[in-house]
Amino acid sequence: MTRESKRKLGLIVNPISGMGGSVGLKGTDGEKILKKAIELGAKPTSPSRAIEALNEVLPIKNHIELITYPRDMGEAEAQACGFEPKVIGTLEEGETSPEDTRDAARAMLRSEVDLILFVGGDGTARDIQEVIGDKLPVLGVPAGVKIHSGVFAINPRSAGLLAVAYLQDKLSTQESEVMDIDEEAFRHNRVSAKLYGYLRVPYENQMIQGTKTGSAASEKGDIQSIAWEIIDDMEDDYLYVIGPGTTTKAIMRQLGLKYALLGVDAIRQKRLVASDVNEKQLLALVEKNKTKIIVTVIGGQGHIFGRGNQQISSRVIEKVGKDNIVIIATENKIATLRGRPLLVDTDSPEVNKLLKGYSRIVTGYGKYIMYRVA
Amino acid sequence: MNRRSELRRYHAHVWDEPIVMQMGQKGERGMMLAEVEDAIKRTVGEAASYIPQNMQRKGQPRLPEMSQPHVLRHYLRLSQETLGMAFNIDIGMGTCTMKYSPQVNEELVRLPGFADLHPYQDEETVQGILEIIYHFARFMSEISGMKEFTFQPGGGAHGIYTNACMIREYHKTNGELDRNEIISTLFSHPADAACPATAGFKIITLYPDPETGLPNIEALKAAVSKHTAGFMVTNPEDTGIFNPSINEFVDIIHEAGGLCSYDQANSNALFGIARAKEAGFDMCHFNIHKAFSSPHGCMGPACGAVGVAEALSEYLPVPIVTYDGSRYHLDYNRPNSIGKVRAFLGNIETVVRAYAWIMSMGSEGLRQVSETAIINTNYLIRKISDVPGVSMAYPKQRIRLDQVRFSLEKLKEDTGVDTDDVARRIVDFGVQEYFTSHHPWVVPEPFLPEPCDTYSKEDIDYWVNIIRRISEEAYKNPEIIRTAPHNQPISKIKVEALNDPSKWALTWRAYLRKHKREN
Repeated sequence: MTRESKRKLGLIVNPISGMGGSVGLKGTDGEKILKKAIELGAKPTSPSRAIEALNEVLPIKNHIELITYPRDMGEAEAQACGFEPKVIGTLEEGETSPEDTRDAARAMLRSEVDLILFVGGDGTARDIQEVIGDKLPVLGVPAGVKIHSGVFAINPRSAGLLAVAYLQDKLSTQESEVMDIDEEAFRHNRVSAKLYGYLRVPYENQMIQGTKTGSAASEKGDIQSIAWEIIDDMEDDYLYVIGPGTTTKAIMRQLGLKYALLGVDAIRQKRLVASDVNEKQLLALVEKNKTKIIVTVIGGQGHIFGRGNQQISSRVIEKVGKDNIVIIATENKIATLRGRPLLVDTDSPEVNKLLKGYSRIVTGYGKYIMYRVA
Repeated sequence: MNRRSELRRYHAHVWDEPIVMQMGQKGERGMMLAEVEDAIKRTVGEAASYIPQNMQRKGQPRLPEMSQPHVLRHYLRLSQETLGMAFNIDIGMGTCTMKYSPQVNEELVRLPGFADLHPYQDEETVQGILEIIYHFARFMSEISGMKEFTFQPGGGAHGIYTNACMIREYHKTNGELDRNEIISTLFSHPADAACPATAGFKIITLYPDPETGLPNIEALKAAVSKHTAGFMVTNPEDTGIFNPSINEFVDIIHEAGGLCSYDQANSNALFGIARAKEAGFDMCHFNIHKAFSSPHGCMGPACGAVGVAEALSEYLPVPIVTYDGSRYHLDYNRPNSIGKVRAFLGNIETVVRAYAWIMSMGSEGLRQVSETAIINTNYLIRKISDVPGVSMAYPKQRIRLDQVRFSLEKLKEDTGVDTDDVARRIVDFGVQEYFTSHHPWVVPEPFLPEPCDTYSKEDIDYWVNIIRRISEEAYKNPEIIRTAPHNQPISKIKVEALNDPSKWALTWRAYLRKHKREN
């Protein structure tokens, strides 16, 4: 780190995150977290979690510029830690809103920070993703009750450590999913998450030696070689349903086809049949065609169905059949599950059961692993 | 604490030697050769005239010009900056079986009767070495239960590749060309996947059960199909855990029509205890340069001994050494052979050392080797168990055989010190950097010691005490570990460039081109 150009760390705290106000949260959970937060001396959870993360950044305090939003959206937490942050933007009196988070993100963009550290849950991640996209690297300190997105560190401490390592140029970034509770599904008494987009997140590859850390290139190479495997195996009389995600859409990119990153596309003979289809359109397509479904692992919990790809419903899966489901994922992604099984959470217990057992996952060109689906 | 296991002070030689290409000066010479005498000149002509015009170099080679003492000094200094196996307690190199190799065997391979042999000699004139090879193959048959052996492959992975080629040839001979999938396990050596992939197979890897660390038999059942060509597996795997139902795995593969190949690079814990044949395997390979006490020799010369059951012996590489009751022969007449995998008979000096080692040990001695290796491993496990931040992977498997995989996840959580940091710090105590593990790191922050049979209790105590000291440092003064090594010729380096091919320079010329912009 050179003196003349201090790295800039942006801090956005969603002070009401995790308080149980939003949809999909288990009420008691929220209450307990709130109580615990009060015991810790902070009203909601996120300020104390922000402080926990910032404590890890303190050792490089003099080497960085901390830029944040007023009051409990970052200023208060930063000061509590002993930082003298540069405060930008203004806040109305009263409770903060998602618009405040988005405003803060816009302000960070204008201030050209090197990294945004935000404290919140899936909703906060979504607000930030909307504004930032892939323009800045972002890292989440988990404070919400529901954390489906892959943009969060395991805990506040490791978020702080990751931020430091990133600001010291020791890490590169990778694209991670931003997911949130699908409110429509929730109204039908289902908890299922929707994929909203991707953020660039500092990334420490725990699965390989430090000398190879930062080899986002090899992760990209793996995704590429998976795409080649799928393409070389394609049969002309099959319809291929390509689920959401960067891993699956590498197939579309390789074929030079337009695609919906967060949606479901259908191709046949390497040509686009339909883009961003809903369940009804998909059902109509699989009625008429021999079909293979290509999906990847979505979110940190290891879902292959029922998170972010609800268009591929239990009815679609039933119609296509278990043998025609192709699961693709990089070995790295699988390793992050730490041996936990892949998950299926469709609206049909029968279909969930049907997919149970050991499945073959494509991890590269001519490379597969056998992995358990629970 | 035992005085003998108290940590001693250590510092490596630091010479800061330049690259040899940067040394010497114009006109400096190591040796002045006399002019060629006229009579010779007249008879043979100019030396250069023997080299075709188009092969003669246009300019002088850019070699350093140095005197003899400078050359000698340079290479002796470099040799002092290494940390070879004979210098240190090399327990940290799991899966490498860094055992002591008796010096007397070095004398044997230097005997003129062996050292002066030429590979093109007629078999009539090399009956002695053929006898050694033939009998060594019989030893290996006894150890493994396999019928015939070849010692041609130049290393372990080469042995595995040879087995993959024989599996390919077998299915080809049977007209089953669509058998193109090899099944392996995650904790097998990566060569059990990489070698068959090189031979053109698709690879299916069975993941370990998070509780037992072993592959699940249900996963295998789901993996086999009409495409199954074979199963290539290490056992004990690289966790030191032995798969007790390996014969059931073999049966499933056989029922599916595949062949089973046993990677026995981890055989150091199995001499006289378990054999490939009884588990039902069709073929296997051993690393003669590991468990059989031939030195590794810095990536060679090594020997991957490949053995096969009788039904597969027709596929072995040629030639095979045979015996007709009075003479030894090189048998090339094997029409289904996969051909040659290496020039001549392989690195036979490795075989000579291993032959001598087996003769000196006897069958009882070999079993004792394995029992000692197992006791050493489990002694190390008990000894290290109270070191803060260190835990054994898959703790429910209490017994480990040749090696054991630990995790420093807790140490990292508590102190921020990770296994790469510890691997760099450990060299400050005069032992080699340890092997973390193959990738991917399914066990987080791993390290993989293998205290094989030639290490004493004091050696193991000493090594564990180094880990204990580093753990104490991590909790008290983690900075000393993060900035390590401090006592070595080279300090901590920036590793980013290691990932950047544009910075790699494997030759001096590449260095000049990439970093000095010279051509």
